[in-house]
Amino acid sequence: MSTRTDKIDALSEQAARGDDAGVSLAAAAWRRLRRNPVFLVGSTIVLLFVVLAILSPFLAPHDPAVPMLGDQVVRARNQIPPVQEGHPLGGDQVGRDLLSRVLIGSQQTLLVGVLATLIGLAGGLVLGTLAGAMGGWVDTVVMRAVDVMLSIPGLLLAVSIGALFARPNQYTVILAVAVVQIPVFARLLRGSMLAQRHSDHVLAARALGVRQRSIVFRHMLPNSLGPVIVQATLVLAIAIIEAAALSFLGLGNPDDRLPEWGQMLGQAQNVIDSHPQLAFWPAGCIIVVALGFTLMGESLREALDPKSRR
Amino acid sequence: MLRYTIRRLLQLLIVVGVLSLLLFAWLRSLPGGPVSALLGERATTESRARLTEELGLDQPIFVQYFKFVGRALSGDFGVSTGVQPGDSATEIFLQRFPATLELSFLAIVIAVAVGIPLGYLAARRRGGWLDNLSVVSSLIGVAVPVFFLAFLLKQVFAVDLGWFPTAGRQEGGIDATRVTGFFVLDGILTQEWDAAWDALVHLILPAVALSSIPFSVVFRITRASVLDVVDEDYVRTAESKGLTTPVIRRRHVLRNAMLPVVTTIGLQTGALLAGAVLTEKVFAFPGIGQALALGFERRDYPVLLLLILCAAGVFVLINLLVDLSYALIDPRIRTRGGGR
Repeated sequence: MSTRTDKIDALSEQAARGDDAGVSLAAAAWRRLRRNPVFLVGSTIVLLFVVLAILSPFLAPHDPAVPMLGDQVVRARNQIPPVQEGHPLGGDQVGRDLLSRVLIGSQQTLLVGVLATLIGLAGGLVLGTLAGAMGGWVDTVVMRAVDVMLSIPGLLLAVSIGALFARPNQYTVILAVAVVQIPVFARLLRGSMLAQRHSDHVLAARALGVRQRSIVFRHMLPNSLGPVIVQATLVLAIAIIEAAALSFLGLGNPDDRLPEWGQMLGQAQNVIDSHPQLAFWPAGCIIVVALGFTLMGESLREALDPKSRR
Repeated sequence: MLRYTIRRLLQLLIVVGVLSLLLFAWLRSLPGGPVSALLGERATTESRARLTEELGLDQPIFVQYFKFVGRALSGDFGVSTGVQPGDSATEIFLQRFPATLELSFLAIVIAVAVGIPLGYLAARRRGGWLDNLSVVSSLIGVAVPVFFLAFLLKQVFAVDLGWFPTAGRQEGGIDATRVTGFFVLDGILTQEWDAAWDALVHLILPAVALSSIPFSVVFRITRASVLDVVDEDYVRTAESKGLTTPVIRRRHVLRNAMLPVVTTIGLQTGALLAGAVLTEKVFAFPGIGQALALGFERRDYPVLLLLILCAAGVFVLINLLVDLSYALIDPRIRTRGGGR
């Protein structure tokens, strides 16, 4: 297959091989991670983001859906409420408090990232397990389908799916972003399942007469999850950025009573020349959070890579 | 090798075939459809029925699909309804494809010209300030949404500083002769230097924005693969037989480290196409990406169908070329019998 798919396979095989070394992979990885500044910075950002999402209803000074500064908005002159007493970041296009929207926005952003990743992961888990555990024609059929999906550039696929729905909403956005990730997860999982099929612990289980189902779910699957978790961390960042791109192209969620950073950024494009702050705040948040997940994912990948044990 | 190539080309046909079927079904499943689009909501039942028959929409869907394939094979993909109403989709594609190609080419050139030397230097001084700085900037390059970076560049260098034009491919006042559709190349061929320069200046900001992701990837792969190669036995052998450091670096380290980089560059086409949709929209650059963005906004299905099919085709084709060139560069792969 293509070199792109080979790369995904190599990652999964690499991590699967790591299990044969003396110390438990997880323990060794954790020992290296604890002292890795990259991981510490990344996980701190992610932790802060999650805490913010949970606490934001208490932190936000105003209701993000109420246009309380609406009387200051003059559409004809493209006038948007400036920074003022009680509204440290000013208002948005229809006069809602920007600070509250940025704070509350963390919730929907987290939702988009987590749900999209979970759906992509679930789809990939089903397809990858089917292909990796059953082999034979099931493997061939599933992998051909996955290759077709991988041959369409990610954002284009997401945009095509997004355009499928006559009335986009938060969940169509999440679905569009998630579907793109299914083939990546599937390929990753299949690779590490295949690498394990002839390994000693699976042979031993088979010799003991363990049923096929338990071998797959209790012996092979748990040992294949390492690279999948790494990929999931990276996908969280990708999902948040791609949701913003969909919004920018007009395929995002038009209902903005519950704000989301990507949606705020997409909606700010028309006023960015005169009021850059409307784009800068959500964009800054997206960049920091995406960076956090990427740093965490990259350091996890490095820690799980047996080559870096030296 | 030949069998492998043929198999991959067949796979390309299958991908485009399956995709065209899916896109076609998608087109038909949309609310409204071409009849309402042409006649409006208030048309009478009779006139609707007449047009439905005229367009062949009353026939079974698989008949419609085969008719579409028949027309598509002769280059007729229908008429645009939203991007450039009245023009044929093929015309729009041929007119805009050179623009995107020009832009993507420059973006890749920037990514490679900066990414490879920087990756090499960073690997040689691992842990130094240059290494840390460039690793961090490559991570940020991935985290910044492409269209936001495009906005920033446009705001700072085009609007505030005025160094570059804010939009388009060419200044209206310039009367340039068109030969190939590649504006920079046209200017050079016809020796209209002002036109070539103007087209190049229009390309720079969008290309820099577009290059952010390929740059990050090229940089990181170069760095990682130089680090890998430096530890190889053949480098130690080269050192112990007394070769000078520049020769080792040039012939043994850099050359071997380039293999994964070449692959990566090809794989970035997908990211480039996606990035072009976003960048071209920001800079109102009349390429494929802008047509796609406009097409989605105005639901121009004939144009979307053709452009998405072409994008997927180009993507798969370039992946094939990369795999083949990889076999040509690396003798180890050649002797293994031409891939799986």
